Amino acid sequence: MNVVEASDLGKRYGGTWALRDCTLEIPAGRVTALVGPNGAGKSTLLNLTVGLTAPSAGAVTVLGGLRAGSPAALDGIAFVAQDTPLYKTLSVADMIYITRSLNRGFDTAYARARLDELGIPPTRKAGKLSGGQQAQLALTLALARRPLLLVLDEPVAMLDPIARHDFMATVLAAATDDGVSVLLSSHVLTELERVADYLVLLARGQVRLAGAVDHLLASHGQTSLEELAMAYLREQPPAVTR
Amino acid sequence: MTALTRPARPDSGDTRLRPVPWRRMAGVTWRQHRFALAGAAVLLGALAVWLWIIGTPLHHAYAAAIACHPASSAACQDLVGNFNGINDLLAGATTPGGVFLQLVPVLIGAFAGAPVLARELETGTFRYAWTQGFGRWRWALGKLVLLAVVLAAATGACGVVVSWYYQPYFGSVNQALGLDQISPLVILFSLRGLAFPAWTVAAFVIGALAGMLIRRVVPAIVATLAVYAGLAVAAAGFLREHYLTPVTTSSANVPGTGWIISQWWTKDGRFAFAGSPPMNLINQFCSSPPSGQGKPSQGTFAQCLAQHGYTMWTSYQPASRFWPFQRIEGGWLLALSALLIAATVWLVRRRAA
Repeated sequence: MNVVEASDLGKRYGGTWALRDCTLEIPAGRVTALVGPNGAGKSTLLNLTVGLTAPSAGAVTVLGGLRAGSPAALDGIAFVAQDTPLYKTLSVADMIYITRSLNRGFDTAYARARLDELGIPPTRKAGKLSGGQQAQLALTLALARRPLLLVLDEPVAMLDPIARHDFMATVLAAATDDGVSVLLSSHVLTELERVADYLVLLARGQVRLAGAVDHLLASHGQTSLEELAMAYLREQPPAVTR
Repeated sequence: MTALTRPARPDSGDTRLRPVPWRRMAGVTWRQHRFALAGAAVLLGALAVWLWIIGTPLHHAYAAAIACHPASSAACQDLVGNFNGINDLLAGATTPGGVFLQLVPVLIGAFAGAPVLARELETGTFRYAWTQGFGRWRWALGKLVLLAVVLAAATGACGVVVSWYYQPYFGSVNQALGLDQISPLVILFSLRGLAFPAWTVAAFVIGALAGMLIRRVVPAIVATLAVYAGLAVAAAGFLREHYLTPVTTSSANVPGTGWIISQWWTKDGRFAFAGSPPMNLINQFCSSPPSGQGKPSQGTFAQCLAQHGYTMWTSYQPASRFWPFQRIEGGWLLALSALLIAATVWLVRRRAA
């Protein structure tokens, strides 16, 4: 099963294409890194995947052929948006209540245990938590929905190194222990090195490179994800066949 | 780090999903909007208590005045004067109290309605709300309908107290006894009966739509106040008097509870003039008061002109039309609100992130 399938997918805002001619298959059971410079179309591709926005051209399906944004797709995908938006005036317990109410399945016991372990008190207002705690709360709420696919948009961009490490450890645990497919975007490559085993490289609204990390490294003679990505972003050669 | 040991999804492979139940929206809406709802409850509660406090002596004074016999006695006239003198604050739509009362629907509507969507868009939390399993258009519809129903119930209850307060002014015996009398179709019509909840819901929905279009809370509140003011002025100034065809009469005894729309005069079956008699006509026929002394009143001019072959016509809306008018106004406001809710939900559904 492919968790994301895009064919000739495009999105235009006004006169400019944020994403165009995107044809892509992301297999299930992977931690996929969506990499590219600012303005490359990463957020646009993720917003299309979670159904927040509709394509201008082409089509995108998720979780083995479901229309992005359809009820079944919403049910199976958990999304943590950029800057981890939360209702700042609500308590942590209220955020748990609201997320549980808005979804068919929600593992309250998991959410409580996880937040307890992180030292996040349920009575604290979400807006009073540190940046790292807010990110962890958003991630915990997403994982407690027991998603098939977890989508994260620039999840660590605003976090300090320790918070980044802790956040990525949680993501990796979900992927390895529970088989959750993960799709995360970032322009910070070093954070992805440890966790990603599948890479999609975007630049100027187009897919430059896509494939399993070990396969890509072997076929391009590079030793690290960062070197591979940098080489492609500098030269911007045409997309290779997968 | 604890292992994320979680049970397998019980419904894996189940392609026919049952949607998240609508009733779950109740708790979500309450947690997100409890401050707005509590604010509305405090405002309406304070208003009801205040009306009760100032309304109780008014009702007592009215009961004493109409129970007094004989009506022409000095003691009774004192009681009538007592009742007529009690009501400065709220007797008219343009008194300070009346103006404040007329702001209540739009204050509640704008401050509860504008943030519902604007705050989500302003802070980015729509990316959270619209990607939950509930579904974004259901989320918007559930929230708007629920809040509208709660606000309608609260303002409907408060409207009963407003109606109670003004009841003494609508008595049919008032005119004969010299007690102040007001048409129930005129005095704060939009704050009684069905109209109060209908106007509040309309303001709330205008606020929600403005928030969806403008995407910022404060400008959306300002836009709501402006649009509502235009709608309220149009309804009170132009629309309301046309709900039903006015009754036209040439009798001089138009009931004091009637809402007079216009007056004009005819002579020999032809239109003579509208409104008050022009000065030249008065000077020609009625330069000296027909009988007795003292300042001539409108009534003495009317008698004088009638003697010279003029007939006064009055078109008015009788007080008995209060409920038909309430149903018409409540009906079109609720239809408008339903239309605006549909438009808002449609915008939520199609809006690009």
